[in-house]
Amino acid sequence: MNISEFFLTSMADILVDHPYIEDFLTSFGLIVKPSDDTLQHYLDNLDQDNLEDLGVSDEQLRQSLDDFLTGMLALSDPMDKVESLTIIGGHDKSGKAENLELNLKPGEVICIVGPTGSGKSRLLADIEWVAQGDTPTSRKILINGQVPDSKWRFSTEYKLVAQLSQNMNFVMDLSAEEFIRMHAESRLVTDPEKKVAQILQQANELAGEQFAPDTPVTSLSGGQSRALMIADMAILSKSPIALIDEIENAGIDRKKALDLLVQEEKIILMATHDPILALMGDRRLVIKNGGIDKIIESSEEERKNLVTLEKLDNKLLALRNRIRTGDTLEHIEGV
Amino acid sequence: MRFLTISGPPSSGKTSVILRVIEALQAREKKIGVVKFDCLLTDDDKLYAKKGVLVKKGLSGALCPDHYFVSNIESCVTWGHENNCEYLISESAGLCNRCSPHIKEITAVCVIDNLSGIGTPRKIGPMLKSADIVVITKGDIVSQAEREVFASRVKQVNPGAIIMNVNGITGQGAFELTSLFEDASDIETLKGKVLRFSMPAALCSYCLGETRIGEEHQTGNIRKMDLQEGSAE
Ligand SMILES: Nc1nc2c(ncn2[C@@H]2O[C@H](COP(=O)(O)OP(=O)(O)OP(=O)(O)O)[C@@H](O)[C@H]2O)c(=O)[nH]1
Ligand SMILES: Nc1ncnc2c1ncn2[C@@H]1O[C@H](COP(=O)(O)OP(=O)(O)O)[C@@H](O)[C@H]1O
Ligand SMILES: [Mg+2]
Ligand SMILES: [Mg+2]
Ligand SMILES: [Zn+2]
Ligand SMILES: [Zn+2]
Repeated sequence: MNISEFFLTSMADILVDHPYIEDFLTSFGLIVKPSDDTLQHYLDNLDQDNLEDLGVSDEQLRQSLDDFLTGMLALSDPMDKVESLTIIGGHDKSGKAENLELNLKPGEVICIVGPTGSGKSRLLADIEWVAQGDTPTSRKILINGQVPDSKWRFSTEYKLVAQLSQNMNFVMDLSAEEFIRMHAESRLVTDPEKKVAQILQQANELAGEQFAPDTPVTSLSGGQSRALMIADMAILSKSPIALIDEIENAGIDRKKALDLLVQEEKIILMATHDPILALMGDRRLVIKNGGIDKIIESSEEERKNLVTLEKLDNKLLALRNRIRTGDTLEHIEGV
Repeated sequence: MRFLTISGPPSSGKTSVILRVIEALQAREKKIGVVKFDCLLTDDDKLYAKKGVLVKKGLSGALCPDHYFVSNIESCVTWGHENNCEYLISESAGLCNRCSPHIKEITAVCVIDNLSGIGTPRKIGPMLKSADIVVITKGDIVSQAEREVFASRVKQVNPGAIIMNVNGITGQGAFELTSLFEDASDIETLKGKVLRFSMPAALCSYCLGETRIGEEHQTGNIRKMDLQEGSAE
C-alpha cells in the first residue's frame, strides 16, 4: 500500500481496516464517522474554524497525517538485517586510547562489568546513539562494517536498540494484558491478540510466581514485571540489539530469560555483576575509568563452575521460599 | 546566535533538561543566555545564574504567559545578541495548553514527562503538536515498555518531530540532545518572524477583570456549552 491509496479509501473502510487513522484524527479532537466519503473528501471538508479551536492548522494536520502514515508504513517493512556490530575504541576519561576493534554477532551475549561510575551505561548509550566519535568517549559504532544510515538515531520505527532498563516500575492504570496489547498496537504487529497471549504465557514461565492477565501492572512484583518486560522485548521488539542495564535477578529464571532473547537472534549486551549471568555470556568487557580495559572470554573452566553456582543459587532460592511460607531457618543443613 | 524556544507543562523537567544541556554546551565553551517566562513566581533564574549563564526572567502576572512571551521575546533576542550569546534559550511553562510560544523557523522544543499520563499528549495543543523536538523526561521512573507506549502517543500527535528521551537528573540523553541544538536556527533578530499558531482571543468580560458570575455580566467573546447534546436518548 502507498500513501495515496489511503486518501482514496472511504471513511467507512478506514474505520474498519485502519483503526489507527481514526485514532490519529481523534487525537487532534476531530470527530470521525463512517461514510462513503473518501479520506481526501473528509480532509477537504473540515471546518476551518473548528480546526482553529482545536489548535491545529489545516496545513499542519495534512503534514502530520502524511508523516504519520509514512511511519506506519515503515513499521510493516522488514528491518534491515544486522549481521554485525563493531565497536571502534575511543579513549577513557583521562584520554588514554582504548585501541580496540570489537566485532559482535547475532546470538552473542556480552557482559559489561566494572564499578559504579566506570562507564558501563555510557558504553550502552554509545551503542544506542550509534556514536560516530561525537560522544565523550569518541567511540565509533559500525553496523555491518559500515557507518549506518542516520535513520537509526531518531526513528522510532527503525530502532536499532531495545533497552531493558534498571527500572521496571509502571505508573499506567492498566492490567498486564491491556498494557501489553497497547504496546503491541503501538508497534502495529500482525495478530496482536496472539502476541499478547504469547507474551503473558512466556512471562509466567519466567516469573517465580504466576500472575493473571487481569493483574494491574502497578501491582506486579519486581520479578513479575521483569519477566513481563523480558518476554515483551523478546516477542514484540524487532530491534536487532538488546541492551540490558543491571537487571536485578530476584524472582526470575535468568537462564530461561537469556535463552529466550538469544533465540531471537539478537546481539545482547548486558551490564551485570551477577556471576551466573556473567558466566552465561560469551565475553566480558571490563570497564575502568571510562574505557574498555580488558576483554575476558568465558573459559571452559569458568563454565564448569556454572553448575556449582546454580546449585548455590538454588539453595538460596529454597531458603527464600521457606521464609516466604513462614518457616524458620534454624536448620539449613539439608538444603 | 542560535535561538530555541523550550516549553512544556509545569514541572515536566524543562529547567532540569536545559541545565544538563548548558553543562554540555559549556564543555564546548559556548556563551549562553536563558530567558525564563512564568506566571506568578519562579526560582529557575537562580538555578541558571548558578551555572554562570546570563539570565533574564519575566513574570506575566495577570496575563497569559504566552501572550506576554510574544510581546517581549523580540527584545530578549536583541538582548542576547548584544551580549554576544552564542546560544539563547527561552523557557516558558505551558499553562493554558492552547497557546504556544513556538515561532516559525525557530527551533521549537517541547518537554513532557512520562508520568503525565497516557492521555496527556492529546490534550496539549500547538506547544506539543507543532514542536520540532519533543523531549520526554522521567523515563527512569517507568519501565521501557511504558516509555515506548508513551512515546508512541506523542508520535501520534506529532509524527514529524524528533522524539528523544532525556533524564533531567542524570543527564542521560542530554549529550545527544545538545548535538541537535547545534543545528538550531541561527538568527540576529526576530523581526519579520511569525508565530507557528495564533493564540486564542481572550476578550470576554472576565479577561477584563470581571468576577461576578451570571449571564448579565458576560460580554464580548462568550461561548456556551451545549448541555442538551446527547441527552435526548
Ligand atoms: N526522576 C526524574 N525526575 C526528574 C527528571 N527531570 C526532572 N525531574 C524532577 O522533576 C521536578 C521538576 O523539574 P523542573 O526541571 O523544575 O521542571 P520545569 O518544567 O522546569 O518546571 P517549571 O519551570 O516549574 O514549570 C524536579 O524535582 C526535577 O528534579 C527525570 O528525568 N527523572
Ligand atoms: N571515556 C569517557 N570519557 C569521558 N567521560 C566518560 C567516559 N566514560 C564514561 N564517562 C562519564 O562518566 C560518568 C559515569 O559513567 P556511567 O556510564 O554512568 O557509569 P556506570 O554505568 O558504570 O555506573 C558519566 O557521566 C559518563 O558520561
Ligand atoms: Mg549505570
Ligand atoms: Mg522550570
Ligand atoms: Zn493562553
Ligand atoms: Zn476571558
